[in-house]
Amino acid sequence: MKPGGVRLGDMDDTTALPLPARHPDRAGPAVSAHGLVKTFGGLRAVDGIDLEVRRGEVFGVLGPNGAGKTTMLRMLATLLPIDGGRAEIFGVDVASRAHEVRQLVGVTGQYASVDENLTARENLRLFGRLQGLPSRRAKATATELLGSFGLEEAADRTIAQFSGGMRRRLDLAASLITRPPLIFLDEPTTGLDPRTRGQMWDTIRALVADGCTVLLTTQYLDEADQLADRIAVIDHGRTVAEGTPDELKSSVGTTTLQLRLTDRDRVDDAADVVRRLLGEEPVRTPESGGLNVALADADRAGDVLIALREAELSVASVSVAKPTLDEVFLALTGRPTDADAETDASDDTPRDRPDHPTQEAS
Amino acid sequence: MASTLAPAPLVPADQRTPTDPVRDLSPRVSLRETVSQTLAMAWRATKKMRRNPEQFFDVTVQPLLFTAMFAYIFGGAISGDVASYLPIVIPGVLAQTALTACMATGVQLREDMDKGVFDRFKSLPIARIAPLAGPMVADLLRYATAAVLTVAVGLAMGFRPGGGFLGTLAGIALTVVAGWSLAWIFTWLGTVARTAQSVQGISMMIMFPLTFLSNAFVPTSTLPGWLEAFVRVNPVSHVVSAVRDLMNDGQVTGEVGWALLGCAIVVAVFAPLAVRSYSRKM
Repeated sequence: MKPGGVRLGDMDDTTALPLPARHPDRAGPAVSAHGLVKTFGGLRAVDGIDLEVRRGEVFGVLGPNGAGKTTMLRMLATLLPIDGGRAEIFGVDVASRAHEVRQLVGVTGQYASVDENLTARENLRLFGRLQGLPSRRAKATATELLGSFGLEEAADRTIAQFSGGMRRRLDLAASLITRPPLIFLDEPTTGLDPRTRGQMWDTIRALVADGCTVLLTTQYLDEADQLADRIAVIDHGRTVAEGTPDELKSSVGTTTLQLRLTDRDRVDDAADVVRRLLGEEPVRTPESGGLNVALADADRAGDVLIALREAELSVASVSVAKPTLDEVFLALTGRPTDADAETDASDDTPRDRPDHPTQEAS
Repeated sequence: MASTLAPAPLVPADQRTPTDPVRDLSPRVSLRETVSQTLAMAWRATKKMRRNPEQFFDVTVQPLLFTAMFAYIFGGAISGDVASYLPIVIPGVLAQTALTACMATGVQLREDMDKGVFDRFKSLPIARIAPLAGPMVADLLRYATAAVLTVAVGLAMGFRPGGGFLGTLAGIALTVVAGWSLAWIFTWLGTVARTAQSVQGISMMIMFPLTFLSNAFVPTSTLPGWLEAFVRVNPVSHVVSAVRDLMNDGQVTGEVGWALLGCAIVVAVFAPLAVRSYSRKM
């Protein structure tokens, strides 16, 4: 490269700081963030998030699309500059000591970040070499990881021929080459079929048993429930709730009764019946004639149906389901997850979609 | 699958032994690490080339086509006959193909940067320059291919370089160095432009004036004064003159020095610019 002082090696500005401690904090939290802000133009994608992830725990960040989960994770992973607030990884400041933070975190993105032109083995070797493993060690580590992620048979195929689940697994394997103490998983199972999803969960559990601290984002309540010790629910770039999965679930009931009335105009009557019986406001579904009722106990479903029958309200379909993210949201924020929720919040009529006129006819 | 139906329970938090985060963190990337990371990236690029041989299309077909085309079209008009035009045009075509080849460097980098793998490169504790410099090291292969083919076509058409074997070799080497240096301009473009197409478009607008407003194909004395002034300062002219001196006369002249100086300046300006905009991007 060119002599003359321009440090091409790393343009991140670390020189101006007082001599940084060579070791990260031994006892403090794995991640601590205060008032994180990221703006894109006028939009505050992340609007003052506080976060503390303890060492050795699995922390889930739950929220709908566009809530700011990925943006927050990318800031913590040094992939996006932080516009406001502070973040530390094991006590190392993210903004000023990015290079050191990168040595502590393994990042697995929402879209598998592996090289399509290389084989699985070549990918792992490349990432090993880049992180300073000698050639032979890089090869051995690649073989070892391919084995533990069940990818031996596909090892010498290019990634272009991989299924979505295989890519995700390879992506996760690539994050583990240097065994970083902290792993970021951005929606690790979005778009995977249920079987592959279960395999991914098992892999994440194994990581945790090995002592990794995991920060994961997800859109699925059951995923956060299955994996996380603690959950933060975020919406519009802010934290709306934080707690253990049990605490969150108890706030929305354990089961949801989904009803659809034969006569769509009588939704309000049905809602009154439910409110009188359970003392809780049911949630109107976007399609007309639908009601979701949160139940603390699945047995109460029968009571609701009997009460509706007595009120001579005919039901077209009934199902009992686990609470959805929508219900968690409604319980926590008092409004649905849709982006247009504010405009519709005062409007009590069921929302028909003007952009889908066919739905009204059906 | 059984594991899906009955997943292993999560190990209770109080029974885990968190991985000790205490490890020696290095505050920055050393020069040695930077070199080895750049070579790892170059290895990646050569693997890519092997799987997409069409990447060599521009550096194989263009030298064959342009050498023959320019020699037969302009030969008679400019030098009286094809054979006496060859010593003038071969270094010109060399410079032109090197420029085209390094234009592709920028376009491919831009395409590459849109892929997910660049996210991983950014999240790794590696030198920010490695993902840029790696492909450029691998591209030395492309410049060498282009240069050797151009000279080979020239030889087949009757070009007999007066500088002999060593002079010709030196000319090829200078072309490769010039191509590599100028590629930093296009690499920088690749890091600032939004799409690969726009890199292509802007690069064309840079490449055509640089090659045609030089002494690559015509003697400068035939040009109007103002144009001659531009042609004189155009770095491509210096590279072409230097290659001519090396190949035709076997002499290391002042032009060689100017050409190398020009290349050094281009790298000194555009390499830091490229790394800067790359590390800020996204």
